Amino acid sequence: MGCLGVAMADLGRLYQDGEIIVREGDPGDCMYVVQKGRVDVIANFGGDEVVLRSLGRNDFFGEMALFERDVRTSTARAVGQARILTVDRRTFLRGISEDPSLALRMVKIMSHRIKDLTGRLAAYENPLSEGRARGSPVPGDGARQRIARPGAAGPGLQE
Amino acid sequence: MIRTGRGFAKRWARMADSDQCSLSHGSRVAVVGGGPAGSMFSYFLLNFAEIANLDLQVDIYEPRYFTHCGPAGCNHCGGIVSESLLQRLATEGIELPSHVVQRGMDSYTLHMDVGTVRLNAPGLEKRIAAVYRGNGPRESEPLHQVSFDGYLNELAIGKGARMVRRMVTGMDRTGDSIGVTCADGHNRNYDLAVVATGINSHFVESVCERVAPIRQPKKTSTFICEFQLGRSMIEETLGNSMHVFLLDIPRLEFAALIPKDDYATLCMLGDEIDEELIRAFFQSAEFRHCFPDAIVPPHACHCLPRINVSTARYPFDDRIVLIGDSGTTRLFKDGLGAAYRTSKAAARTAVFHGVSARDFEQNFWPLCRTIDADNRIGKFVFSVSGLIQKARFSRRAVLRMTALEQAGDSDRKRMSEILWDIFSGSAPYREILGRAFHPAYVGGLIWNLAASNWPPVQRRDAETAGQGV
Repeated sequence: MGCLGVAMADLGRLYQDGEIIVREGDPGDCMYVVQKGRVDVIANFGGDEVVLRSLGRNDFFGEMALFERDVRTSTARAVGQARILTVDRRTFLRGISEDPSLALRMVKIMSHRIKDLTGRLAAYENPLSEGRARGSPVPGDGARQRIARPGAAGPGLQE
Repeated sequence: MIRTGRGFAKRWARMADSDQCSLSHGSRVAVVGGGPAGSMFSYFLLNFAEIANLDLQVDIYEPRYFTHCGPAGCNHCGGIVSESLLQRLATEGIELPSHVVQRGMDSYTLHMDVGTVRLNAPGLEKRIAAVYRGNGPRESEPLHQVSFDGYLNELAIGKGARMVRRMVTGMDRTGDSIGVTCADGHNRNYDLAVVATGINSHFVESVCERVAPIRQPKKTSTFICEFQLGRSMIEETLGNSMHVFLLDIPRLEFAALIPKDDYATLCMLGDEIDEELIRAFFQSAEFRHCFPDAIVPPHACHCLPRINVSTARYPFDDRIVLIGDSGTTRLFKDGLGAAYRTSKAAARTAVFHGVSARDFEQNFWPLCRTIDADNRIGKFVFSVSGLIQKARFSRRAVLRMTALEQAGDSDRKRMSEILWDIFSGSAPYREILGRAFHPAYVGGLIWNLAASNWPPVQRRDAETAGQGV
């Protein structure tokens, strides 16, 4: 099948390289699932951009908006062309009210993320860790980048 | 064993007396039918068993290969994966890859005699998937794609299910197991038998009813056909939009033209679709104008499958459960979504609760009842929709309100949302009805009824100019 055929059969919405999918501070009422391509989840610390995680096919992000009515805490940006499918809050909540096991995979992945972040935080807090030894304890430079190793253990991330 | 017609209390008492039965290490499960319900049941059963640290053997009995073109590999269905099912599957980590999807759709185009209007998905996102249940229509070129049913088979096999290419012709109850007999004499006992044969075979009445007193759902016939238009023609005429028709044709509830790769699938739903009704629809200007030069091409293949319009009573007994269309489905919509919901509920019950009639009564039957109750509301929604179809002045109001909403940038598009949910089957009918009683919606409809029908001169001008789109 040619290119036309493949594009025709794709689902979700196509984002171009560098296009913002969700922006930190915006209100949110849905989460997203990566169908194709890659997405970077980025946080802003005092004007510096930090890539918290790099996501690929089948990973989800923006899931916190399904559970609490708050603004997005990070930005998601397409890396290259990316196809993204939206999961509406209403559809999701309707689904888990009927079938709580719908959230099992999300809980499992979020648990991996907590484990991953705990490990990274422990490494950051440890005075003998590499970053501290280099004397860069303040988020905003190398230490922060080290806290947020994109694509480190555990799939997916964040809002 | 439970007998129907003895009243709920007696039925309950019998179930209370029945021995508790549950699945344990090495338990065997037979799934009769390898369509979406059977495959999804197997997938979720093995998934839950893994969580519960349970080792189960699952055999899926399916004589057909979904790699065949035409009726041999087809499950006779329009092949729409609704927005809500797509989103739920994505949440489960099940994606529909490009080689399974025939076309992603981003809108509905509503055709009525008073005009045409397009309802776009938010952000023009492709939220609906058109798929083939087999490997395409009769005499189609072999597709380099995998059918939806074939893909789900692969998912179940990937989880550890075994595909048995045999036709089940008999079932019997022997002590604490269900015996499954095949046409070639093969026989095996199972701790649980799951029936996912749909309602287009006589399996439930001729085989199931011998081991469990199950009363089949009521059925009605539909019409499905395939038009070979070619990819570029489909791009040009239908695009990535599902075309739905609300026409004043007696007994026709709904018709949809679904663009796929080289073909477009037509689905007609209503009260006992017959030749006369099909002819009336094919002659309607609204349908003909979807094709070049307003000429409806000959169809490549067609079928008159039956769909259920009620729920089986009762779709379970000790060690046996009916899922998907065999048990219940949503009225006219989202049959694949209902198959997903019932199959997962049955799998959850079998692993975490047990496989006795009481377990299914407490943990599976409530979902069937919810679907059944919602279908009753759906019948009311469709009867109101039928009234709108019959009255030209109300069709004008619906068209005007929808067209204005689609042209504007308001967040709340009340008429569009109701139509979208009716067409897509994404929301329960109960919710749709609730939204239809919202004062803002009722007020908007009254205003549009007045504005679209008065003064008559302007109305005629608007119709001549071609409203909507």
